[in-house]
Amino acid sequence: MITPFQIAYKNLLRKKVRTLLTLVGIMLSTWVLVSLFGFNRGYEKALNRDIDNMGYQLMVMAKGCPYEAATMMLQGGKGLRYMEQSMVDDIVKEPEVDKITPILMQAFFDPNKGESGGIAGYFGVDPKSYPQMKPFFRFRAGGWFHDESAPEVVMGYEAAELEQREVGDMTLVPEKNVQLKVVGILERTGTQDDGTIFVPLKTLQRIAGTDKITTIGISVKKDADMSKLETKLFQLKDVQVVSFSQVKQTIMKLIATARVMVLSIAIIAVLIAMVGVVNTVLMSVLERVQEIGILKTMGAMPGDIFRLVWTETLILCGIGGIAGIGFALLFARFTDLLVRKILPYAPSGGLVAIDGRLALLTLVTILAVGLLSGLYPAWKAGRVRPLESIRREG
Amino acid sequence: MMTEAEILLDARGLNRFYTRGSEEIRAVNGVSLSIRRGEFVSFMGPSGCGKTTLVNLLGCLDNPTSGELDLAGRNIFGGGKTLGERDLTRVRRELFGYIFQNFYLIHSLTVRENVALPLAFYRKPGAEAEVERLLKMLGMEHRMDHLPGQISGGEMQRVAIARALVNRPEILLADEPTGNLDTRRSEEIGEILQDLNRNAGLTIVMVSHDPGLARLGQRQIEMRDGQAYES
Repeated sequence: MITPFQIAYKNLLRKKVRTLLTLVGIMLSTWVLVSLFGFNRGYEKALNRDIDNMGYQLMVMAKGCPYEAATMMLQGGKGLRYMEQSMVDDIVKEPEVDKITPILMQAFFDPNKGESGGIAGYFGVDPKSYPQMKPFFRFRAGGWFHDESAPEVVMGYEAAELEQREVGDMTLVPEKNVQLKVVGILERTGTQDDGTIFVPLKTLQRIAGTDKITTIGISVKKDADMSKLETKLFQLKDVQVVSFSQVKQTIMKLIATARVMVLSIAIIAVLIAMVGVVNTVLMSVLERVQEIGILKTMGAMPGDIFRLVWTETLILCGIGGIAGIGFALLFARFTDLLVRKILPYAPSGGLVAIDGRLALLTLVTILAVGLLSGLYPAWKAGRVRPLESIRREG
Repeated sequence: MMTEAEILLDARGLNRFYTRGSEEIRAVNGVSLSIRRGEFVSFMGPSGCGKTTLVNLLGCLDNPTSGELDLAGRNIFGGGKTLGERDLTRVRRELFGYIFQNFYLIHSLTVRENVALPLAFYRKPGAEAEVERLLKMLGMEHRMDHLPGQISGGEMQRVAIARALVNRPEILLADEPTGNLDTRRSEEIGEILQDLNRNAGLTIVMVSHDPGLARLGQRQIEMRDGQAYES
């Protein structure tokens, strides 16, 4: 026996091109919508992951723009300011401090990098305290430095791939012509650490000709009052304190503006799809006035006809929605790349996070849009009177 | 003598008036008639005489301006009562099957699906079995999985007849059932209707301007200026 669902489905197949175009419209809208929702969740997640993977919640650095400083830490950079290493001893005394590590960032010009040369960044880290900050680091090969002033490097996964280095190979520090031995290569972390070259702090200080540092990373005790510690650190001379939670808030505020823009585009896309659905279904109803009248002579109630037309919109939105979610999942990497090009700062890892719950939520949203779009055509179809559709004076 | 139980359809003083501009059109003007169960009644007359309007009233496709109509012993119209679309639908699906000049098959559905279509909305007990039985009875078993576009006009009307009968109606209303068919196909459809009446005892009310087809009815009623004259 034929069901109302089959009748609705077969009716959509009558005008294949029109149905297909409507489906494409719904699919694109769903794609935009699910990607936007995915971005909303993914970006924050990726930012949190980046910040958590720093291993510390506070950074102390020589005075300058705090956001520039944070970006330098996240992305590497030059034009650095220095501070005394003895400051570590002052800060470690604070009761809120759990772990602390001094860092020296150095950048050297490498004429062989790229077409016209580029900057090679080095991270001078303390072999005792830094690994404690990054307990999640796993080595693809080798391990940490043999001693605190060894002429050795540990390379992030991508840095090693880029320079094609293996454990035991030598690497040259540009400008300084110093050779260092690769003793470890890290597993991929999905963070900025993948592109970093780590050197023992003392070794890098010797190469750079300084006994200073650029940054102090501070891990705060679990239940400690971070703001209290920040207040105390702000009193230190010529330094600035960067709290990653503040950095995150600032970045998220900047992103919120972009979100509103994208959300507006998504709403417009959904509205266009909605108009498309209304148009398709209404056209189909107007073309079938006689047929609807005949269905009523057969015993179809106005509610039956209403449901029949509504089912058509649901089928359209269901198929279009599922296809849109499928495409969003399939091309999530492409969307990710696109977003990265637009955003001023994008954390590492996937920016568009689409999971089953989000996919379901989007599908429900699209189906709700479908139900809404189908209301008018369905109501109009339900009101068709059989006599009007078949009237013929005898 | 006609008994109360035998009367399936009883119309008394049915009127259906329209206004066109300032002019009042009396499409059906005071028609009274009774149709007994198992009768085959033909309505004839020229275009515009009101035969289709009358059959639409008898078939509950329209409300009369005034007059009374009883169907299967139940008062449907009368005393100024007007039925809404839902109530009209309930009466129609209980009592009537309809066939029209234009067949009105759904072209995206197969012959079998077209016949089963009414069952998607309303189903009398055991009606599912009727689909194949009717198609076989009407010689359409070899066309069950064809689409309407793949069969002839005569076959389309057979499918429409099967669809009209699938819920076992009390009355089959046929409005110009051969209007779109050639002579041979018209005769075939006429024979089918006659068989349904004689062998299955189906009550048939038919509108036709074809005198040959109309003569198949046991009673012929001629419509002139909205009034019915039984010959």
